Amino acid sequence: MLGYIIVGMYVLSALCSILTGSTSGAGSAVMDGALAAVSFGVSIAGAICLWSAVTELLERCGAAAALSRLLHPLLRRLFPRSSGDREAMSALSENVSANLLGLGNAATPAGIRAAKAMVRLGGDRAVRDELCTLVVLNTASIQLVPTTIASVRAAAGASSAFDIMPAVWISSALSVTAGLAAAALLKRLWR
Amino acid sequence: MSALADLTAPLIIGAACIAGLCADVDIFAAMTAGAKKGLRVVLDILPALLVLFPAIYMLRASGLPDVLCGLLRPLLSALGIPEETVLLILLRPVSGSAALSAAADIIARCGPDSLAGRTAAVMSGSSETTFYVIAVYFTAAGVRDSRWAVPAALFADLVCFLASAWVCRLFWG
Repeated sequence: MLGYIIVGMYVLSALCSILTGSTSGAGSAVMDGALAAVSFGVSIAGAICLWSAVTELLERCGAAAALSRLLHPLLRRLFPRSSGDREAMSALSENVSANLLGLGNAATPAGIRAAKAMVRLGGDRAVRDELCTLVVLNTASIQLVPTTIASVRAAAGASSAFDIMPAVWISSALSVTAGLAAAALLKRLWR
Repeated sequence: MSALADLTAPLIIGAACIAGLCADVDIFAAMTAGAKKGLRVVLDILPALLVLFPAIYMLRASGLPDVLCGLLRPLLSALGIPEETVLLILLRPVSGSAALSAAADIIARCGPDSLAGRTAAVMSGSSETTFYVIAVYFTAAGVRDSRWAVPAALFADLVCFLASAWVCRLFWG
């Protein structure tokens, strides 16, 4: 997939720079980009590591497990069929709490375990719909502290890297709500 | 409000340390292990960034985004989306590292505290790599038919981009 994107970007920009007569600009921009990639990687590395350290500490304190327990009532309403299955439910709540805390490395394996447990529940329509709901929930971001993009802002010299947080919460909440509303509607319409 | 935002990082780190003390966790060992994972993440994404950054720089220098923006300008201004974010919106659902490169480019070029820079940050922070997630989950679960997952997820993305632009205009416009 990424291969096609790269090909598309290089071919389109080569064609376009010939058409607009900006070939010399495009040529030097490629080299600038390589330099910028390295300096960007170095400039965000410190903040990324710091946040990774803090999330690791939170995880070892049992924050994810505590959050999972809090989420049970909500998840039981979203996934009525799967909540009867102990394994599906524990993987589900682990997935959602890891997503909230921004533990990407823990969220995906837990989500996949939940998906597999759902498949084992049988192939009826309600279960297949719940699998789709799980995927839609994971394609929308519910991370509470947007550490990566805050690191990027800090590296670029933002006056306050985290001042976007309330805006991110509002946008995340609206987008998750839209995804779940679309799920509720489509599962009635889809044959 | 801004004092609270400035305190976000110290508050979270302080709370995590106190929680660590209460839970009797080896705080230094936990944090160094986490930092090591962070280095791993940086090393994992760096090769992708090295390939993508030149592509995005060249794409921008070629003038294609300007042409695209020119075509989309009436639509974008009607929706209140800063035109600098077009490339980010197109890449976000498809590739996480390409979107990160595009967002970093917008934030560096327009400034982290500009409206476009903030909108790009909020868009990145409140969305996921939709198609990648869908592919990973359905492949891992061995389910061929993704049913309505794609339209529902893309609708959520659309709402995310519109909401990000709207809320940034409201706060900083």
